[in-house]
Amino acid sequence: MTPILQLEGITKVFPGVVANDDIDLTLQQGEILALLGENGAGKSTLMNILYGLYAPTAGRIVIRGQQVTITGPHDAIAQGIGMVHQHFMLVPPLTVTENVILGNEPIRHGLFLDRNRAAARIRQISADYGLEVDPSAVVSTLPVGAQQRVEIIKVLYRSADVLILDEPTAVLTPQEVDDLFAIVRRLVAGGKSIIFITHKLKEVMALADRIVVLRRGRVVGETTPAEATEEMLAAMMVGREVSLAVAKTPAKPAQPVLQVEGLHVLSDRHQLAVQDVSFTVRSGEIVGLAGVQGNGQTELVEALAGQREVLSGSVRIGGHDVTRASPRRRAQLGVAYVPEDRQRDGLVLDFPVADNLILNTYYQPPFARGILLQRAAIRATAERLVKDFDVRTPSIDTAVANLSGGNQQKVIVAREFDRPVVLLLASQPTRGLDVGSIEYIHARIVEKRDHGAGVLLVSSELDEIMELADRILVMFRGAIMADLPAGSTTREQIGLLMAGGRHEQPQPAPEEEEVGGR
Amino acid sequence: MKRSPRDRQQRAQPFWMPLLAIVTALILGGILIIVSDLEVIAAFTRIPRQVAVPFTDPSTQVSLEEALWKHPNEVQVGDGVLVDGRTLRVVEEVTDPSKQIALSEARKLYPTLGPGVTIYYNFWQKPTVGLKAAWHSVKTAYVALFEGSIGNPKQMVQALAAWLKGDPSLLSRAFYPLSESLVTSTPYILTGLAVALGFRAGLFNIGAEGQYFVGGLTSVWVGYSLKGLPIYVHLPLTILAGAVGGGLWGAIPGLLKAKTGGHEVINTIMMNYIAFALSDWLLNGPMMRPGGFRPISPEIEPSARLPRFFGGDIRFHAGFFVALAMAALVYWLLFKTTIGYELRTVGANPRAARYAGISLTRNIVLAMFLSGGLAGMAGANDIAGVIYYMPNAFSAGYGWDSIALALLGRSHPVGVVLAALLFGTLRAGATRMQSVAQIPIDIISILQAMIIIFIAAPEIIRSLYRLKKPSTAELALAGGDTAEGAQA
Repeated sequence: MTPILQLEGITKVFPGVVANDDIDLTLQQGEILALLGENGAGKSTLMNILYGLYAPTAGRIVIRGQQVTITGPHDAIAQGIGMVHQHFMLVPPLTVTENVILGNEPIRHGLFLDRNRAAARIRQISADYGLEVDPSAVVSTLPVGAQQRVEIIKVLYRSADVLILDEPTAVLTPQEVDDLFAIVRRLVAGGKSIIFITHKLKEVMALADRIVVLRRGRVVGETTPAEATEEMLAAMMVGREVSLAVAKTPAKPAQPVLQVEGLHVLSDRHQLAVQDVSFTVRSGEIVGLAGVQGNGQTELVEALAGQREVLSGSVRIGGHDVTRASPRRRAQLGVAYVPEDRQRDGLVLDFPVADNLILNTYYQPPFARGILLQRAAIRATAERLVKDFDVRTPSIDTAVANLSGGNQQKVIVAREFDRPVVLLLASQPTRGLDVGSIEYIHARIVEKRDHGAGVLLVSSELDEIMELADRILVMFRGAIMADLPAGSTTREQIGLLMAGGRHEQPQPAPEEEEVGGR
Repeated sequence: MKRSPRDRQQRAQPFWMPLLAIVTALILGGILIIVSDLEVIAAFTRIPRQVAVPFTDPSTQVSLEEALWKHPNEVQVGDGVLVDGRTLRVVEEVTDPSKQIALSEARKLYPTLGPGVTIYYNFWQKPTVGLKAAWHSVKTAYVALFEGSIGNPKQMVQALAAWLKGDPSLLSRAFYPLSESLVTSTPYILTGLAVALGFRAGLFNIGAEGQYFVGGLTSVWVGYSLKGLPIYVHLPLTILAGAVGGGLWGAIPGLLKAKTGGHEVINTIMMNYIAFALSDWLLNGPMMRPGGFRPISPEIEPSARLPRFFGGDIRFHAGFFVALAMAALVYWLLFKTTIGYELRTVGANPRAARYAGISLTRNIVLAMFLSGGLAGMAGANDIAGVIYYMPNAFSAGYGWDSIALALLGRSHPVGVVLAALLFGTLRAGATRMQSVAQIPIDIISILQAMIIIFIAAPEIIRSLYRLKKPSTAELALAGGDTAEGAQA
C-alpha cells in the first residue's frame, strides 16, 4: 500500500544551525505515528516544513505517491494536512462555529454567512468522532480540553486526512488527556492518520502505533511500543542513560517552616477558592500538593507567595507571621517561589538573561549600591548562574524570550535557588519541559530539601508528586481532602481523593508546635 | 513551549532601516509635491498661449518654456517671452483647441507665418518640459526645506569666511535657520523623552500637551513674580517650577491609575482640557499682564531667562543643552539605576514586577511624575528660552507630536533625540518651504506621518525594496527549537 505521506531527506538549515538533517519519515493510512524528541530536537521544525511554514533546504515531500511542493498552510490544507498547534489558534470572543469556519466561510446567496449549514456540519463531525462541543458556545468560556476539540474540528472541517498534533497534552488535565486519546483512536478508526508530537514517554507508550525518535535534528531510532520501554526511549531522546526515578533518601523533617491555619482565599472571580486550609511544611521535607487543576492550588500558592490577598486565616513562615506581608518581605525571610506560569509571572521576556536573574534581588548589594546598579557584579553573578545551572543561552545578554521553555525555567530556578532558601514554593516546576530538564530540576529540588529547605510542590502531574513528595496533600474544591505519607499511598487512592472521594482516615490536626524565629 | 507573540518582533533592526524610511518618505513626499503643484500639472497638460511680435526690452525677457511651466497663469497678453533667441510678445490667448498648435510646429511655422501663432504643449509631444517642471518643483521645495532648516551652505561658508576676516555681520543671517531648527527641536526632545519614559513604564502618557501648558504656567509665574534674584538662583528655579508643575499634573492621572485603575489615556486627555482651560482662565485673570487686555502673562525677569549665545535674531539658547542633559539623565536613570530597573520591569511585565516585590503603585505614580516633569520642563524651556511670557496659544502641538517621537525613537533616549532633531528640522524648514516654493505646510505633516509609518512598520519598506527578511525573524519563529539546537 502506498503510504499516505513520505518525507524524504528533509534538511533545514538555519543560519548556524542544522535544525533537520536528512530526515526520512513515512506515515501509513490509519496510523498513529509518535514523533518523540526533546525540545530542540527538530520536531516542530519538521512539522512546520510539512505544514508549509518553512521551506526545506533540501528533501522532498510525497503525498499519496505524488511529490508535492508546499509553500504555505494553504497548500498543506489543500493536500489534506491539518495541524493542531500546541497553542491554540482560536479567537476567544467568537463562537465555536465562527472559529471553525474562519477563513473558510460558507456563503448563502453569494453574500450571507450560512451559520446554520456550518453548525450542522460541525455537529456531524462532533458526532462522527466523539468531539463533544456546542457549536454556539463562545470559545473563551470553554475549558482547555474543549478548546482543543475545537481545534481538531477546525482541521477536520477542512477535510484533513493527516492530522499533526503538536504537544497536544501539554495543557490538558489527566482526564482531558484520556478524552483526547479516545478521540484520537476514533479518528484513526475513521481512516485518518495522525502524527503525534510529544516528549512524554507514557503517552507515546499508551497511544502510538509506531515511534520515531529525533535527536539534534536527526532520526535516531524507530520502534513500536511493544518493543520499547520508557527507559529505552528516554535514552534515545537524550542520548545517554536517564534515570526516570528520582534518587532521594528518606526525608528528615525538622522544625516547621510553613504553618498555614484556617486559610481562606478568593479567586479572581471573587469566589472562595481556598476554604479553611491548614497544614504545615517542615524543614527537610517535600510536601506534594495534588489535585486536578482549578481546585484552588493556584490561589493557595499565590496567597503563600504574597501574590494574592488572604481573606482570613494565618500564614507563618519560619515562625514569622507573614499573612499580610509583601512578596519582598517573604523573599527576605527565605521564600523561593517558582510560579506556575513562568512567562507571565516569573520572567520579563524582553529583558536579557542577566536582568532576569536579579529580578528579586536587584536592590540589594552586590547588585546595587544605593540606586546604582552594579553591572559588573550582575554580570559576574549571571555568568556563574548560567554555568552552574546549565542554562543554555548564547549569552547573558540574550533576551529570555529567545530561550527554550526548559532554559527559561532554569533561569527561574537559578534565580530562586541561589538564595538561602527556607521555604521553596514550586508550582508546576516542570510543566512543558523535556526529560533532561525535568530530571535536572527534580534533582535540584531534592538537593534543596537535603540542605534543609521545606518544599511545597504543586503539580497537576500525579507522577511527579508520587516521585518527589515525602508527604502528599490532596486538594479538592478548595479544601484539603487528605494528608498522606508518600511511601504507603497508591495512585488509585490519590486519584479517588482528587475526584472528591472521601478518605477513610480523618485529616490530621494542624501542627500547633511553636517555633522561634530563625 | 509557550512563546509570546512579541518574540516575533525583530529585535534589532539594521541602522539603515530608519534612514531608508526617511528617504522613502521624502521620495513619496516629492511625488505628492509634484501632483499637488498646479504648475506641474499645467506643464503636463495643454497650455495654449499665443506668441506674437518681437519684443525688445531685455529686462522683462523670459524664455517661453520658463514662462509656460513656471507661470502658466501669469503670462498675460502683452508679456514678453523669449523663443529661440527672439523675444516675442504675447498678443492673444487662443482658447479654441482647433486653432492650437505645438511649439515645434510653431517653430517651423514662425518664419513663414510670423507672429500670431498659438503654441501649446502636450506631455507626449515634449515630455522633458513636464519632467523638468516636476523636477524643478520638487527641487525648489526640498532646497527651500533644506535652506529653511539647516541653511544655505554657500551663505554659511561665506559668512564663516567673512567672520574669520573679522566681519561677523553675515553670520546671523546664514545660521538663523539652523538656530531655529535647534530651538524647535528642544521642546521636542523633552516632550519626546516624557512620552518615551512613560512607554518604558508601560504607561501611555497622552497628556504631554497639558503638562507642557502647566509647566509653562508655573515657570512663567516663578519667572515674573520673583524679583531681584541672581540668575543662577532664579533660572534653575524657573525651570524646576515647570518640571514640578508638569510633574504634578502628570502624577494626578498616575495616582488615579495606581489607586483606582482609571486608565491613564482617558485621564491624561481629560487633564489636557483642564490644563487648557486653566491656562485660559489664569491668562485672562490673575496672570494677565497688568495694563493689558490681551490674554498674555507679564514678561519674565531677565534673571529667569535661558542665556542666548549669539546676538541679533539668533534665538538658539541654553535650553538645547538642558534637553540633551535630560536625555542623558533619562538614559542613566532607566538603564543604570534600580529605579529604572523597577520602572522597566513594571512596564515590560507588571505581573513579574509584583512577583519580584516591586510596588506597582509607587512606580506608576513615579513614572507619571517624571514623564509629566519632562513635558513641563519643555514648557518652561519655551518660556525661559524663547518667548519670555505665556500667551494663551502657547503650544505648537509638541505634546501631540511627542507621542510619534517616542515611537519613532523606540522609547530610547538617543532615538528620541535623533527623532526630535528630525522633527524640529522639518518643522522649521516647512515655513520657508511654504513661503518660497508655495508648498502647503501640510506636506510636512504628511512627510512626518509617512516617516513614522515606515519606521513603525518596516515590513512596508522591506516589501517596497524587496529586501529579504532578516534571518533572525525566521530563527525567532523557529523558537526554542533552534535556540537550543544551536547549543546542541
